[in-house]
Amino acid sequence: MPRITTPSQDLIRGIWDENPVLIQMLGLCPALAVTNTVKNALAMSAATFFVICCSSVLVSSCKRFIPKEVRISSYILVIATFVTLADMMLQAYAPVQHKELGAFIALIVVNCMILGRQEAFSSRHTVFRSLLDAIGTGIGFTIALLMMGGFREILGTGTFFDIPLFGPNFEPWVVFVLPAGGFLTLGFIILAMGYYEERKAERVEQSERTA
Amino acid sequence: MNGKLPADTLAVAPPGTEPAPQEPLEEKVSTFRLVATLAVAGILAGILIALVNQHTKPIIDAYRAQQLRLAVYEVLPAAATYNTFYLLDGMLSSTLPEGAKESDYKRVYAGYDEAGEPVGVAVSRGESGFQDVILVIFGFDPASNTLSGMKVLESKETPGLGDKIFKDQAWVDQFFDGPQTPLVPVKPGSGKGLPGEIDTITGATISTKAVIAIINNALAEWEPVLEGGIPEEGTQP
Amino acid sequence: MSDQTLFSIFFSAMVVNNFTLAMFLGLCPFMGVSARVETALRMGLANIFVLVLTSLSAWVLNTYILENAPYLRIISFIIVVASLVQIVEMVVKKIAPVLFRQLGIFLPLMTTNCAIFGLAIFQTNRGYDFLQGMVFAVGAGLGLTLALVLMASIRENSELSDIPAIAKGTGLTLIIAGSLSLAFMGFAGLL
Repeated sequence: MPRITTPSQDLIRGIWDENPVLIQMLGLCPALAVTNTVKNALAMSAATFFVICCSSVLVSSCKRFIPKEVRISSYILVIATFVTLADMMLQAYAPVQHKELGAFIALIVVNCMILGRQEAFSSRHTVFRSLLDAIGTGIGFTIALLMMGGFREILGTGTFFDIPLFGPNFEPWVVFVLPAGGFLTLGFIILAMGYYEERKAERVEQSERTA
Repeated sequence: MNGKLPADTLAVAPPGTEPAPQEPLEEKVSTFRLVATLAVAGILAGILIALVNQHTKPIIDAYRAQQLRLAVYEVLPAAATYNTFYLLDGMLSSTLPEGAKESDYKRVYAGYDEAGEPVGVAVSRGESGFQDVILVIFGFDPASNTLSGMKVLESKETPGLGDKIFKDQAWVDQFFDGPQTPLVPVKPGSGKGLPGEIDTITGATISTKAVIAIINNALAEWEPVLEGGIPEEGTQP
Repeated sequence: MSDQTLFSIFFSAMVVNNFTLAMFLGLCPFMGVSARVETALRMGLANIFVLVLTSLSAWVLNTYILENAPYLRIISFIIVVASLVQIVEMVVKKIAPVLFRQLGIFLPLMTTNCAIFGLAIFQTNRGYDFLQGMVFAVGAGLGLTLALVLMASIRENSELSDIPAIAKGTGLTLIIAGSLSLAFMGFAGLL
């Protein structure tokens, strides 16, 4: 039986508890590659958000017409279509951003996160719920990317969204805008989250013992 | 709607897996239906994309043309108009043969001043720099063998170091001073004052030397072709 | 046609701009399968094979079919990649069933492997011709294998070390990856 969840749960769980990047470890390629500035992170999040919402809605509306055997191929076809549309529109209306993101817009099509949501959710639920699920996942993705982008841009170039934050004497920690920095940033964030979880578990254990 | 699903579809298949041939369930879906579904989906997708493409292609093309125009005029400051010439059999030609693909051919942009006199050609070339390929366009006057300007079009050089090739205005300005070709990279301060010398940037030696090498290599390729001079404005082959 | 020499394309794809450590492609197998050197090596070789085939298909598509419909590129590429992976899966299952079981889920996962699809896209964007594309694919594949094997051997060694519980797993892998990426930066400027 499909999991019984409330609509608001569908929306909220993708944002943090089942955050696609930080918890499920999906969609890492874009998370690491385009987060060297906040602008790029935002542009990628917007494009991915568009793709996942449209794909979820379309897959959910057509789920009765898609035979089981070709479902993965159909999902990929749907996702690829919306990625192409996103790519074209980005190239026409935000050419500078398009150039920065480069090939990674096309790579949205192999983002496991989107395909995963179609398979796990949109193919079994109503259009409305699938949309909520997609929005939740998209927001979670955006949050993760903004965290990475913010961290990397602030430390790596001393700016946030191109606005200089520190004075001219700030020596930027260039490694963070380099590929190595992407790995390290995500690693630190995961470590921080793990530490937080560990402390929370310890506190729960302590309060249980003293209770 | 979602009431009763066949049991084996509950296992969430990992993304990307093509389901293995399944045991027959309640109804066996015909191959025709499978192919037809994909075909219909494919056609609908194609139509949607083609429609959006119709709308966006002119915008994209216009932007590209504008960027190229800006770049050419930046490196050929004296030009008022320019013509594109393709390299065809070792000679310059302003048109391509029937049905030829434009991107297969190398080209130069010949600039002309108000009076229609040629002022130089803009050439672009990309080669490996320190990190990845650096794409450069520069203006060259074959009559005097000097450069009129240079612009870095694409670069992935190290931020803070190699990216000085476009961020360091003083360095870029050297190319607008009419240096003699072939260019000679020298460490800052140790030049002999010869007309073709370009100071490199300490800490970005490889990137700066790469830009100089790119220009020299491009000139080695084009100088024999440009020997006969730049074609007049509006020349037909 | 790109102006780059074949050697610089190969070397750049393999070490200077390593697909995994510098371009962030092929991360799923990198994080997941890389716990044993042998498996990593075989995964890498399977990848090289698929990459070369992909490069070839992408070149054929670009040259003969996509001329008039460049906007269908993403769709056609992904279909080609999916089919190729399917075929390779069947071939490996037939020829080397042990390897097939060892690779498990990661073989079909190559369809969503950024590296394979990414190769096709990069090759197109840079305008590589046939030979340049092949060299690019081999270099990228070797680079991927190199990264996988390095990561696997470090992980193997670190299994015996005393690692805090929160770092075990992905956190540590990412930090190792970051260090490897930094190390590989040393190759820049060799060309």
